[in-house]
Amino acid sequence: MNRSLTIALGIMLTVVLSMAGLVLIPNWQFREMQQHKDDDGNLWPVQLEGAEALGRAEYVSLGCVYCHTQQVRPPNYGADLDRGWGFRRTVPRDYLFDKPHLLGTMRTGPDLANIGARQPSRDWHMLHLYDPVITSPGSTMPPHRFLFEKVAPSDRAPERAIRLPDDSGWILPSARAESLFAYLRSLDKSYELPEAPQ
Amino acid sequence: MTPAVAQPLPEGLPGDRLSRIQIDRSCRQTVVWYMVSAVAWLLAGSLLALLASIKMHTPGFLADADWLTFGRVRPAHLSTMIYGWGSMAGVGVLLWLQARLSRVRLPLPLLLPVTVVIWNLAVLYGTVRILQGASTGIEWLEFPVEVLAFIGFCMAVIIVASVLMFVRRQVKHTYVSQWYLFGAVLWFPFLYILGVVLSEAGDVRGVAKAAANWWFAHNVLGLWFTPIGLATAYYMIPKVIGRPVHSYHLSLLGFWTLAIFYNWAGTHHLIGGPLPAWLVTVGIVGSMMMFIPVITVAVNHHLTMAGNFHHLRTSPTLRFVVVAAMSYTVVSFQGSLTALRAVNEVSHFTHYTIAHAHLGVYAFFTMMMFGAAYYILPRLMNTEWHSARWIRVHFWATSLGMALYWLGLTWAGWRQGEMMNDPNIPFLAIVEYTKPWLHSRSLAGVLMTIGHVSFAWLVWNLVRQRGAALIGPTLLKRRKSA
Repeated sequence: MNRSLTIALGIMLTVVLSMAGLVLIPNWQFREMQQHKDDDGNLWPVQLEGAEALGRAEYVSLGCVYCHTQQVRPPNYGADLDRGWGFRRTVPRDYLFDKPHLLGTMRTGPDLANIGARQPSRDWHMLHLYDPVITSPGSTMPPHRFLFEKVAPSDRAPERAIRLPDDSGWILPSARAESLFAYLRSLDKSYELPEAPQ
Repeated sequence: MTPAVAQPLPEGLPGDRLSRIQIDRSCRQTVVWYMVSAVAWLLAGSLLALLASIKMHTPGFLADADWLTFGRVRPAHLSTMIYGWGSMAGVGVLLWLQARLSRVRLPLPLLLPVTVVIWNLAVLYGTVRILQGASTGIEWLEFPVEVLAFIGFCMAVIIVASVLMFVRRQVKHTYVSQWYLFGAVLWFPFLYILGVVLSEAGDVRGVAKAAANWWFAHNVLGLWFTPIGLATAYYMIPKVIGRPVHSYHLSLLGFWTLAIFYNWAGTHHLIGGPLPAWLVTVGIVGSMMMFIPVITVAVNHHLTMAGNFHHLRTSPTLRFVVVAAMSYTVVSFQGSLTALRAVNEVSHFTHYTIAHAHLGVYAFFTMMMFGAAYYILPRLMNTEWHSARWIRVHFWATSLGMALYWLGLTWAGWRQGEMMNDPNIPFLAIVEYTKPWLHSRSLAGVLMTIGHVSFAWLVWNLVRQRGAALIGPTLLKRRKSA
């Protein structure tokens, strides 16, 4: 019995130690991390609200993270900056409010840490979400037609609708598509942080 | 080979030992149902895998409903395979091995079968919720939080059963497999509970959640599947060839170095990411130290097998187990090397990592569970496998499928990484380059699925007791001496 107890304690100790080392200590290191106040008094990063927060939930729900990262690696490590995926490497403070984290591990598609700055056009994003090959020929991203209503061609444009480039009609984004766009538009880390000069 | 029919001893005599038949009878209900459930999840997971794989090269395939979109089918595949197939097969094997090694009956005969039902419902509920869009979004922990309560209850019962067996054991000497199993049964619930708590807790901020995520996810392989897989190898190889394990001391060294170092390797999934440099360095060091337990285990198994490789021609169990054990060595070496910053700069964010993950969970763990099932299930059902031909189909389809999967995606992933690190190559050119290899992945998936259907067919016939009564094992070829 005593032997069993010793073995059990040894076994548990190994995993408790690593949990403390890999999660609790870094979290303790971040305990005083706060938003950065720039010269104009703005706080960075911004905490998402409203449509942007809903859009983030949609991003989680549709599993965008399985093909897109949201992290910019430092210079001389990969080509993230050279590809124009960011203005600077990303640092822990950029992710202050992230829950769940969406760092990602796979780049079947490009990094999205700054997609809002790189591609601000609503029309582009809506067409791309509706059927990615419209804007990106050869893309393997799945079409998200289920987020849109297709409207037959007519002379009068429905409000907020986007014309399909082949003139086959209009697409009317659902509230989910609008929030997803609002979130993607919000992904912009062009603000400066003292620990990460551009 | 050790015959399953041992001398039945009368019970209650001082110092008597339960016969294997009595132990197996006590395991029958629980273990068979864990294994059969696992096989059902293996089929479901294969279907989801094929869907996801086809969608990667033909994105318009079944894309008109949100519940079938790639971003939901893929985590549904992972979760059914990890929590349905892998974990349920693992629990079945773990309970049986512990009962056999402790030479005691499986305890809790009423409660353990109930855990099979609860576990199945939990996986079913979690998978449906992922497809409905209620995933937590955390890789390897996609099931909604409430699933924890159900699997947590099952694991609590399994811990009690394991402790009872360990404490009541009729053999003073503990065999190395028991250490691994005891480790697995204590580690997994701790990981799972803490994984969920650290992901949900408001006090854990931003990228610390990413560290928690990969501490958990890497340890599901390292501290749950790996110890169950190694315990199986340590049991099955000597059993089938009828020789003791080469070195007891090497076994112990292997166990404790794994217990100490594997834990720390997880943050190698975050190399180059927005985390404190020391945290990632710790993950790299942990990954390098893994060479010790891996080499230890490989040497031990190889020296045990030395001179007995001819058994691979006849024994289905040994064939799967040895392929699995060799894959463990390969995947671990690959994993340690991939943790080096220079290698990771290329391989990170590519199909190379997906190939590596399948080498671990499939070529090592899944093949090991197949091997275990070929040994355990006939003994529990008192029936032999009805067809050696289907076993051969199972072995070759899964082996060739896995080889094709790994070779194709490892190569394509490496090239993908090199091209991504060259900013002059347009991103869509890289997408175009990977397409043929994504097709080869789908072909590999079809092969593996053919293997799984063969296996399911064999198991179905076995539990319906459609084979010969258990007298001798079904061999792939007649032994020359027989």
